[in-house]
Amino acid sequence: MKGRQRVERLMQAVFWLCACAAVAAVVLICVFLFSGGAPALREIGVWQFLTGVRWEPGRERFGVLPMIAGSLAVTLGAVLLGVPVGLLTAVFLRFFCPLRARRVLGAAVGLLAGIPSVVYGFFGLTVLVPAVRRVFGGSGYSVLAVSLVLGMMILPTVVSVSADALAAVEAGYYEGARALGAGHERSVFRVLLPAARSGISAAVTLGLGRAIGESMAVVMVAGNQAVFPHSPLDGARTLTSNIVLEMGYASGLHADALIATGVVLFAMVMLNNLIFALLRRRRMKK
Amino acid sequence: MRRRTEAKLLRGAVYAAAGVTAGVLFLLLYTVLRRGLPRLSRELFSWSGGSRSLLPALVNTLSVTALALAVAVPVGVLAAVYLVEYARRGNRFVRVIRAFTETLAAIPSVVYGLFGMLLFVERLRWGYSLLSGGLTLGVMILPVIMRTAEEALQAVPDAWREGSFGLGAGKLRTVFRIVLPPAMPGILSGVMLSAGRIVGETTALIYTAGTVARVAGLWQSGRTVSVHIFALWNEGLAQDEAYATAAVLLVLTLGLPALSARLSRKRSKKETGGR
Repeated sequence: MKGRQRVERLMQAVFWLCACAAVAAVVLICVFLFSGGAPALREIGVWQFLTGVRWEPGRERFGVLPMIAGSLAVTLGAVLLGVPVGLLTAVFLRFFCPLRARRVLGAAVGLLAGIPSVVYGFFGLTVLVPAVRRVFGGSGYSVLAVSLVLGMMILPTVVSVSADALAAVEAGYYEGARALGAGHERSVFRVLLPAARSGISAAVTLGLGRAIGESMAVVMVAGNQAVFPHSPLDGARTLTSNIVLEMGYASGLHADALIATGVVLFAMVMLNNLIFALLRRRRMKK
Repeated sequence: MRRRTEAKLLRGAVYAAAGVTAGVLFLLLYTVLRRGLPRLSRELFSWSGGSRSLLPALVNTLSVTALALAVAVPVGVLAAVYLVEYARRGNRFVRVIRAFTETLAAIPSVVYGLFGMLLFVERLRWGYSLLSGGLTLGVMILPVIMRTAEEALQAVPDAWREGSFGLGAGKLRTVFRIVLPPAMPGILSGVMLSAGRIVGETTALIYTAGTVARVAGLWQSGRTVSVHIFALWNEGLAQDEAYATAAVLLVLTLGLPALSARLSRKRSKKETGGR
């Protein structure tokens, strides 16, 4: 009997340790990333690093502002393209869709989520870049092309999260709106969508997080010039692609500056995550 | 009258959006398969194809997947057991762990790549190797495994646990004999989902497992199928092989979720059939 109790206690400790693995992983990632980026930030100066507009590793000039701008530009583009389509698709799935079609479209969204980013990149490279070139001229490697690819990539996230948000709205809202004489469309758009607002904003933040962190699909279609994009047709370089492109041959301060680029990216993602958590807390309170 | 046009417009927008979503998937599948499948060739699957052959990359993909799962599945499932079976529901510890798991899930793969490079490749001096890559991906899929396992465990009715305790079984015995077996299909579908993510991952592997084109051992650098595509693109030489490899990768990664859906369907059938 004593032995069995000891085994029980031992295994409980093992389970507890495993549960702490996630915490340990986050701590380890923070420690290694920050200590890897710190030397560069100290030598270049945090302010110079964040606001410098020149990235010239050969001359030891490291400013990531163009990359921050690039990341924000493509993320904004992805949200502008992906969120309306995703949200309306979710509305279709919940309120306009025959049951049979719902299963097919639901499966299609699932498939989109499972496609690897390198395949999205390949698709962008072979279809979207030439299309942008044909329609707008230029090389085609552009913020617009990246936004299209990322917009496609965040679709499944936006669709599934906002569909859940719509499903969580009380049925009484719809019935009430109909009883007051509003039509089906009007009830959905004027009553149910506003009621699901916080869940939908969660969908947007999640999609945003995916877009800003994506690297492979971006590298393949962005053109990757380390300068400010002035129009959607300009090429751009993001924080993520900066790391992917140069880490292979970088050394010394250059390599440290790339890790510091990762720190900036990490900080942006965490900020986004925080907003997500706050939104959810507000929703829970309601 | 105005109201009717509004309704029509809204309805039109909703249908159009659904059409775009379905169209995007169709266009993507069509282009990648249409361009890739005709370019499949014997050399692509030959051992002597040099850096253009897909075969070494396939073997490496299997090794990396096995490695990452071997690390993440036991840890993730046991962690879920603690959170669901041992911790009091909704207590502070559970909330903290959940917050950290979500953080882990939100970290971009390029950051995982940097982390793996700094810890495994440099600090532990394992170099670019399948081991470094596999462990990096193991950390990356941990939140997926944990979440799906948690959901699977929560779906097991409490009455089963109570029955087991009532018959005199201990906690441990209840967990392993009563709770885990019915949760298995759910856990497996999480494993399939993670396997799909591993097979599709590129960025986190380039600077951990490296990009050498050969069948690699645990301590050697080797590229997986996804990295292979990136490398072919990067070198800008073997266009045909890149197209064909992308098609193969697409089939591989779409096959895994289909398998996972099948598993979970089996589970739900069993559950409803048993009652």
